[in-house]
Amino acid sequence: LSTLVLAEHEGGSIKTSSLSAVEAAKSLDGDNSVSLLLAGSGQSLKEAAAHAASSHPSISQVLIADSDKFTYPLAEPWARLVHLVQQRGGYSHIIAASGSFGKNVLPRAAALLDISPITDVTKISGSNLFIRPIYAGNALSTVRYTGSSPCMLSIRATSFPIASLPADSKSDAASIDQVDLSTLDEDDSVGKSRYIKLSSQNVERPDLGNAHIVVTGGRGVKSAENFKMIDKLAEKIGAAVGATRAAVDAGFVPNDLQVGQTGKIVAPELYMAFGVSGAIQHIAGMRDSKVIVAVNKDADAPIFQVADYGLVGDLFEVIPELLEKIPEKK
Amino acid sequence: MKIMVAIKRVVDYAVKIRVKPDKSGVETKNVKMSMNPFCEIALEEALRIKQSGLASEVVAVSIGPVHFTETLRTGLAMGADRAIHVEAPENIYPLTIAKILKALVDVEKPGLLLLGKQAIDNDQNQTGQMVAGLLKWPQGTFASKVVLDKEKQVATVDREVDGGIETLSLDLPAVITTDLRLNQPRYATLPNIMKAKSKPIKKFTPKDLNVEIKSDFEVVEVTEPPKRKAGLILSSVDELIDKLKNEARVI
Repeated sequence: LSTLVLAEHEGGSIKTSSLSAVEAAKSLDGDNSVSLLLAGSGQSLKEAAAHAASSHPSISQVLIADSDKFTYPLAEPWARLVHLVQQRGGYSHIIAASGSFGKNVLPRAAALLDISPITDVTKISGSNLFIRPIYAGNALSTVRYTGSSPCMLSIRATSFPIASLPADSKSDAASIDQVDLSTLDEDDSVGKSRYIKLSSQNVERPDLGNAHIVVTGGRGVKSAENFKMIDKLAEKIGAAVGATRAAVDAGFVPNDLQVGQTGKIVAPELYMAFGVSGAIQHIAGMRDSKVIVAVNKDADAPIFQVADYGLVGDLFEVIPELLEKIPEKK
Repeated sequence: MKIMVAIKRVVDYAVKIRVKPDKSGVETKNVKMSMNPFCEIALEEALRIKQSGLASEVVAVSIGPVHFTETLRTGLAMGADRAIHVEAPENIYPLTIAKILKALVDVEKPGLLLLGKQAIDNDQNQTGQMVAGLLKWPQGTFASKVVLDKEKQVATVDREVDGGIETLSLDLPAVITTDLRLNQPRYATLPNIMKAKSKPIKKFTPKDLNVEIKSDFEVVEVTEPPKRKAGLILSSVDELIDKLKNEARVI
């Protein structure tokens, strides 16, 4: 087997989610040669390539595409790049992490190669057998890929944690090779999209999708004013704030905080739900959290069926007590 | 300018799905079906663009068995001008859907193709990106804001990405896939539901469009996810903090 991993870099380093994709490549087959594809321009790409070359013992080659077209991760030149590199390299597998970059680029590249990709894989059971969640994780589908080569996958990074690396992994750094980009422009969609800007929101608060702790309020919070208690608790423990669809529909908070099947799907270390009844579509969005805490007045609320720790009580008494007693974030 | 919107019919988001005992899939018989929520948002956006005078016509497209026309009727009741139904088996994969959509784009020549970012049944999140690739059109996926400039023939799209909101400028024609925050879809009113009954739905088959239906997968089995083990009901905040600190070690 030979695998091409589509990797992202930032500030001169390869992203950890891309290393999870390397872990996934490793689990396809022990005897798998892994090439990493990085694109960008100038010094930051060089630094990232050097970092990537010694970042994981399974990586045997780092391919770099150095062009102004890759200063920002646009889907159009990236998909064309993958097409190009695959035509030359004939890889058996192509893998990317299923973050917003992989979700955006991989299916487009697959279409150019006339391949059906398998997205959001959470388990690899062989070189062509994969498990992926469907219905927001309410069912698991095991699929066998029977199409032609390459088999293209996006993997959920949290399902492929990076094994601790041996201390001497620096000694066998991978080779770094430039990709010849002279035929990149043959796809005339390259250049039809332009990057304008990236605005990160709410920088002090972790992003809901990636936070280690999420504190969520439901209809039981009763008002936008009361929701400030949820905010305060989140601030104290360094958590992101979430909400149920009911809380969003009632106008307590904007809908970008919605956790659930049609909102954000989250899987933090700790999920704390206050005044959340546990509607099916909400559970679908948080069921993969490591530890779930539920506080609700109603002892029969369905949320208690998925909670590791339940507290039957009034959130208006519990939250102030938690604010007083819970340790601040480190 | 014409806008084409792709629509999928799925199990309603509020239904608790059941895995079939023979593990062949998820039970969809006698279950409430609705328009995929992200497709509703895509259609709503198309209707708003038309209302603002930047588009002349909204065409809703759906690919699936005959009862998918019911979902197209819902789309027509929301305000789409006409619909196209491509009769095809259920569970065909995104690459085939993308090829059918490309063929329809070649027939209809829209200036914008709108899709939901994913369907809430198979959660594949592929079709929009794939059809954009096949058409060689630029793509704006996971859109939370869309602004069209008719003069310059450009769409400015805010995209929900991992690190925040990314803004792109796309030459038209383009493919845009919609995220949750883009808008709140309207409900169809009774008069519009009545009106929708007389709006045309044109029929195609994949064969008419020269698209071969092939599958590159075999679904081995569909299972329920492992159940979470029964939790503890605690009696005080102190006990909760103790458990989180010393048992779960998460704070």
